[in-house]
Amino acid sequence: MSPILFIEQLLNGLQFGIMLFLMASGLTLVFGVMGLINLAHGSLFMIGAFAAAAVAGWSGSFLLGLAAALAAAAAAGVIIETVVIRRLYNRDHLDQVLATFALILILSEGTRWLFGSFPLYLERPSWLAGPVTLPGGIEYSSYRLALIVVGLAIAAGLFFLVTHTRLGDRIRAGESDREMIAALGVDISKLYTIVFALGAALAGLAGALVGAIQSVQVGMGEPVLILAFVVIVIGGIGSIKGALIGALLVGLTDTLGRFLLPILFGTVMDPASATAVGSALASMAIYMLMALVLLIRPQGLFGGAP
Amino acid sequence: MSGAVTNIRSGARREWVINLVLLAGLGLVPLWAWFADAPFTITLATRAAILALAGTGLNIALGMGGLVSFGHAVFFGIGGYAMGILASHAQNYDPLVQWPVVIEGTQFMPVIWIVAILAGAVAALVIGALSLRTSGVYFIMITLAFGQMFYYFAISWPAYGGEDGLAIYVRNGFPGLNTLDPIQYFALCFAVLLVVLFFNARLIRSPFGLALNAARQSTQRVEAVGMDPFRLRLAAFVLSGAITALAGALFADLNRFASPAMFSWQLSGEIMVFVILGGVARLCGPLAGAVVFVMLEHFLGGLSEYWHIFLGLLLLLVVLLAKGGLIGLLSGRGAAHG
Amino acid sequence: MADQHTLLPVLEARSITRTFAALKANEDVSIDLKQGEIHAVIGPNGAGKSTLIQQICGTLAPDSGEVFLAGENITPLKAHQRARRGLARTFQVSALAMEDTVLENAVLGALGAQSGAGVSVMGMFSSALGNRALRDAAMEALLRVGLRDKAQVRTAQLSHGERRQLELAVALTLKPKAFVMDEPMAGLGASGSKAMTEFLDRLRREAPILLVEHDMDAVFALADRISVLVYGRIIATGTVDEIRADAGVREAYLGEDA
Repeated sequence: MSPILFIEQLLNGLQFGIMLFLMASGLTLVFGVMGLINLAHGSLFMIGAFAAAAVAGWSGSFLLGLAAALAAAAAAGVIIETVVIRRLYNRDHLDQVLATFALILILSEGTRWLFGSFPLYLERPSWLAGPVTLPGGIEYSSYRLALIVVGLAIAAGLFFLVTHTRLGDRIRAGESDREMIAALGVDISKLYTIVFALGAALAGLAGALVGAIQSVQVGMGEPVLILAFVVIVIGGIGSIKGALIGALLVGLTDTLGRFLLPILFGTVMDPASATAVGSALASMAIYMLMALVLLIRPQGLFGGAP
Repeated sequence: MSGAVTNIRSGARREWVINLVLLAGLGLVPLWAWFADAPFTITLATRAAILALAGTGLNIALGMGGLVSFGHAVFFGIGGYAMGILASHAQNYDPLVQWPVVIEGTQFMPVIWIVAILAGAVAALVIGALSLRTSGVYFIMITLAFGQMFYYFAISWPAYGGEDGLAIYVRNGFPGLNTLDPIQYFALCFAVLLVVLFFNARLIRSPFGLALNAARQSTQRVEAVGMDPFRLRLAAFVLSGAITALAGALFADLNRFASPAMFSWQLSGEIMVFVILGGVARLCGPLAGAVVFVMLEHFLGGLSEYWHIFLGLLLLLVVLLAKGGLIGLLSGRGAAHG
Repeated sequence: MADQHTLLPVLEARSITRTFAALKANEDVSIDLKQGEIHAVIGPNGAGKSTLIQQICGTLAPDSGEVFLAGENITPLKAHQRARRGLARTFQVSALAMEDTVLENAVLGALGAQSGAGVSVMGMFSSALGNRALRDAAMEALLRVGLRDKAQVRTAQLSHGERRQLELAVALTLKPKAFVMDEPMAGLGASGSKAMTEFLDRLRREAPILLVEHDMDAVFALADRISVLVYGRIIATGTVDEIRADAGVREAYLGEDA
């Protein structure tokens, strides 16, 4: 194993983790402020990817595609929130799960109906198509590097938003005491719509960014959604910091596990079975990490009381 | 909702009539199909009976225990693969275990069922012991995540078919029956469902059922009378997983195929959906839900490729407007979770 | 030996301290409950009474300090284990199985007293309400609190006061060594309070009662001893007369100038 290959995988893990953060932060905000578990968050990821692929394909501009992804996901978020989600805030978690599961069915099949079952492809912009040379002579995909930079910038922006703005004050107030914030005269239903749309936009952006390194297809959102749940369980619900740390842990564990476990088993068995056993175990690594956190700290690394 | 809050243990007469009609219907329709030589209808009814069994398993955790498990496909899949692995070893004359003792595969259903039940129970014990350390949304997210873990493992473990799944040539055997005959296999599955429903009806009225039901309503209450809510819930989860695993073994035998899709989150969701459609925490709710689900799948699926949209809309309407599910609507009794 | 038995407190909390963030909810709180007595804990809202009860009953762990029941250190035990050792609790906000009937709630208590966990093969196949012993124990407790006629009523349909009575009935089925009651008078109304006061007055002969209560008439009528909790600390413990006369208590709590 060469160190260059290892660093490349490390960066891949970082990039994966950052994208998971964009998903997990929206989920955790929506849960923290509104107490809602939203399974349809993966659909917003998908909507972002499809909007980006469609608009970028039509206009030839990747940036226009990104803008479309943000707009489409945020708009879908606003519509979903006003039509369905706001009827669920006072319901138990079971109803929330069922209703948002129903939304997955509707949105997934609706997208299939609009775009067909074949995957779309989202081209990386030409100015990010090639590799860059990092210090130490490591060649790395400039697009993936850009994802890391953009993701970190958004994470920083989100921290600033939550800790230093009036909207952030209200979000934090909403997390600690929903009745108090209503008493303060904040228009709570507007706040909820804004928070939901913000989470939706982040998911849509993640979908569009990831859409350029994998195919854009129906059903792409739910595996990412479930990984985001793992992130939240590890990091602790309602905590943006927990979401960031959890996302990086999950991203790195998954990527490095897939890279290192086959090599590790290769030292004790033949290459074919080492690859098979190694990759099968690697597919379970992040869930093992989650189980470990549950054993040691059931409320998550940065969560409050369970 | 009206003030009449009800629960699973109060046996309203009207609900019993509906239960009997449902069971008689599920038993008689395939009989009619047999005379009318409509084997596909028998297969649909068998599918409904098996899904009802899976839902009955989930209902012990969900309806009685209030545990919103979004990972019950794990147990369904484990049952399916228990069947697939045992049968494939048997049909290839390849012992399952060579050392320290030789264990052969089997195509004998009762043994397969026992293995499926035990494997499901062990998996439920481990998953339950971890996920019950939390509650609420954490529990939902964790069960969903463990489901995904099994799914990916089934896909990436090449020994038993990986992504392609595991097919067997011939349906497994049951003494005295020709299981390849659709009506006989239906009768077998229906009998298993009846036995489990009878067991479930007893369970609901038992001290364990009383305590579990109380734990769902108030954790503090069962603690205050000296019972451990964690143990109650874990026991319910294990029972629940074992029954769903049995359903998985029957399902895989119906299709002569165990596939990774049996572990998928969609399936977990669908099992939960029809338990809710039928009415959570009602003895025959899962049965009603499974029958309706199979019918929707068949008829809507025949009308439109995109029938899941209609399923989604229906589910949304039921959740937002009609708490208590179909049996709740029919029997005029309100929600179990008022 | 008999003397020693009567001297030893049935229930005792020693130097309980519990902090939430910067707030000391309980600071070095020691309190004991002797055979046959009612020991009332009073104090203004936010004084730490509920926190104290939770730590005694095991739903909250103290930062430091210990709890003893009949001489046994129960500090490491969980709430349900303490209940099995003979500590019966009634809740400020009724914690009952609201969807179940009154009888079912009482049978649950009898079941807990009899078998505990309920997780056994027999516990899964027999009928709970069909068990004569459980049913009799439950009905006896309902009769004592005056709810026998309501046995088949759904708990959610009970009045506020009746729920308090049912809480008490469930506690009675446990045949405990000590009762811990969190505001049993709250919301009862004048006649209800009077009946409850009379009931508790007799009940103390079966097992002593640690009573957290806001209703001062009831406290002064019932208590053998009173402890006053203010800002998480016990500022005085004594008989009714002693507490009435205590200058510190009057200043800190009863709101009079000493």
